[in-house]
Amino acid sequence: MTENLVDIRNLNVRFSGARTVHAINDLTLTLKQGETMALLGESGSGKSVTLKTLLRLLPPKRSHIDGNIVVNGVDVLTLSGKKLQAYRGEEVSMVFQEPGLALDPVYTVGDQIAESVMRHKGVRKDEALSTALDMLRRVRIPSPERRLHNYPHELSGGMLQRVMIALALACRPRLLLADEPTTALDATVQIQILLLLRDLQKEFGMGVIFVTHDIGVAVEVSERIAVMYAGQIVEEGTTREIIKDPRHPYTRGLLAANLHDAARGARLNAIPGAPPPLDTRPDACSFAPRCPLAEPQCLAALPPVHSPNDRRRVACIHPNAPILAE
Amino acid sequence: MSKTETLADTQPDKGGPAQPLLIVRNLQKYFPVRGGIFGGKKAVVQAVDGVSFEVKKGETLGIVGESGCGKSTTARLLIGLLDKDKGEIIYDGQDLGGTLSLRELRRGVQMVFQDSYASLNPRLTIEASIAFGARIQGLSDPVGRARKLMERVGLAPDRFAQRYPHEVSGGQRQRINIARALAMSPRLVVLDEAVSALDKSVEAQVLNLLADLRREFGLTYIFISHDLNVVRYISDRILVMYLGEVVEIAPVDDIWTSQAHPYTRSLFSAMPSMDPDNRTKEPPLAGDPPNPINPPSGCRFHTRCRFSEDVCKAKVPLLHPLTAGSDHLAACHLHDISSGHSKAGKDVFE
Repeated sequence: MTENLVDIRNLNVRFSGARTVHAINDLTLTLKQGETMALLGESGSGKSVTLKTLLRLLPPKRSHIDGNIVVNGVDVLTLSGKKLQAYRGEEVSMVFQEPGLALDPVYTVGDQIAESVMRHKGVRKDEALSTALDMLRRVRIPSPERRLHNYPHELSGGMLQRVMIALALACRPRLLLADEPTTALDATVQIQILLLLRDLQKEFGMGVIFVTHDIGVAVEVSERIAVMYAGQIVEEGTTREIIKDPRHPYTRGLLAANLHDAARGARLNAIPGAPPPLDTRPDACSFAPRCPLAEPQCLAALPPVHSPNDRRRVACIHPNAPILAE
Repeated sequence: MSKTETLADTQPDKGGPAQPLLIVRNLQKYFPVRGGIFGGKKAVVQAVDGVSFEVKKGETLGIVGESGCGKSTTARLLIGLLDKDKGEIIYDGQDLGGTLSLRELRRGVQMVFQDSYASLNPRLTIEASIAFGARIQGLSDPVGRARKLMERVGLAPDRFAQRYPHEVSGGQRQRINIARALAMSPRLVVLDEAVSALDKSVEAQVLNLLADLRREFGLTYIFISHDLNVVRYISDRILVMYLGEVVEIAPVDDIWTSQAHPYTRSLFSAMPSMDPDNRTKEPPLAGDPPNPINPPSGCRFHTRCRFSEDVCKAKVPLLHPLTAGSDHLAACHLHDISSGHSKAGKDVFE
C-alpha cells in the first residue's frame, strides 16, 4: 500500500468569538499520492475550513484545532516559523476562488511567480523569471513573454486564474488545494480551467483536494468525492460510486437538486429546511431534521459509519436503503 | 387564502390572450466609460444592442449568457431601472413612455434580484418591506396583503413579520423578495439570477415555490440565469445572448436537442458532464469572452467561432427563423443560404 500523502485524523475545528461555531467535527480523511479528491458541500459545510486548516491559514487566536494532520510525513499542526513557511508553497499550495483578490495589484504577474520561486528555491531573479515564463507556458497562456510583464488588472478572469495556478505550481508542490477555483468564472472559461487542472495534475503528479459546491465540476476533475455536511464527511467513495450509487440521503438530495435529469416542470424532490447552525457540537445525525428516512435513533446518537469497502463510507443508519421513489 | 382575494388588484388584461404580454424591439443601451489618466478618452460599452423579443402571456422565457452579455442590463431596462437609449418596450399593447407610464408599468412588472440582502432595506421589518410598494401604489390593506403573501411563500407571519433582513437565512430572504414582488399583483416577474446565490438544496425549494406561484397567480416569468440546467427546468423558451445581442431564441426542447448558433452550441458543450465515464475531453471554446467595449465587427462571435469566414467579419447576421414560420430563430450566416458563407445551409456540426 502506498503511503498516504494526506492523513487527517479526528480533526475538530471550533471558532470562538461573539458566537461559537463548531466548523469541523471529527473529520477523518486520507488522500494518496497523485490522487484528486473533491470535497463537495454547501456553504457552511466546512469544506473551505478544511483547506485552510491544511495550510494553517486560520486565525490562531480565535480557532481551536485538535486532531492530527500529516502531509507527506510532516505533522502540520506543530509547524511554526521557518518550517511553516517552507511547508506553505513548497509542499502545499493553494488556488483561491477570486484570483483578482489573491494576486498583488502592484507587481507584474511574472514578478509574483518569480518571488515565490526565489524564496523557496533560493535562485537568482533571472533564473526565477525563466521558471515563471515556463509556468505561464504550461498553463497555456497565449504569448507568455508579453504576459509575464502584465499587471493583474490587464488580464481577464480566466487568464488570472491561469496565473494563479502557475504561481501555485511553480515550486512543484506535492499537494495542491483548490478552493472553488472556477466558481467566479463564466461557463465556457470554467471548463477550460477544469480541463487544464486535470492535465496539469497528470503532468506534475501532485495530489489535489478540490473544494466545490457543484457536482458537475467534481465529476470533471476528481477521481474521488467526499461529501460534507455540517462539518463532517457524510459519504465518501470514487466519483463513479457517488454519482451512480449514492447512499446517504443528503448526497441523493444534492444529486436531485442538480436538475441534470429533472423532468421539465415536474415537482423537484427538494431537501426541506436548512443546514443546522453549528453552535453546539453535533451529538446526533446533523442531517436528521431534514431527512426523509429519519428515525428516532437518528436524533439520539451519531450515526454509525458503514464501510462496504476499504475507502467507501457512509455515515447513515440506512446505508443500503433503496433509492426513494420520487 | 383564495386566489381571487390576492389577485383583486391585478391590472385588467387589455390586449386579450393573443397580445404578447411584452414586446421588446431594437432595445439599445450604451454606457460611456472614461478612460485614460485624465478621464478624457471616452469609450462606450455596448451593453445591449438591438435586442428584440416577445414574451407571451403565461409563458416563461429563460435568458442565458455569460457575464457581460447584457442579460442583466436588459432586465433593468425592462422595468425602467435604466433608461433605454433606443427601442420600444410594449407592455400588453401599450408603449412605455407613450400610453403607458413608468408607474403603471411597475404595477404590472416586478423584479427579483440575485443579492437577496442588498435588495432589502435593512431598516425595514420584513412585513414593512413587503407592504411598502403596495402602500405607495395605494393598494388596499397593504399589511394584510403582506402577511398573506408571507404565509404563501412559506414564512409564518407570526414568526417572521417583525424580523429584519439580517435575522433570516439567504433562502428565506429570497422568499421575502418574491413576496415583495408579488405584493404588487404583477403579471410579469423578472427573475435576475434569483436562485443563483442559494445553495443547491435551497435552490430546489425556491424553484418549486416559483412554479407553484406561477400556476396559482397566472404569472409570466422572465428567468435570467447562467445555469442552463435551471433555465431548462423552468422555461418554455430560451433566449441566448452574446455581447449585447440575441444570438438564438427557441422553445426549450428544440434548443436542448439542436443548437443552431455555434455560440449556443459551445455554451451547452461547456456544461460539466455528469457522467464519470464520459468526461469532457476538449473545451469547446478558447479564451474569455471579449470586452463589450469595442466588440468585434460583423458577427460579434466571429473571433471565437471555428466556422468564421470573411462574411462573418463584414456583415452583421440578423435574427431569423431557421425555416419559414419556425419559432426557432438564430442570428448566424450559417443558417442563411443567401449570406455568402461557404457552409451556409449545410449541417456543419458533425
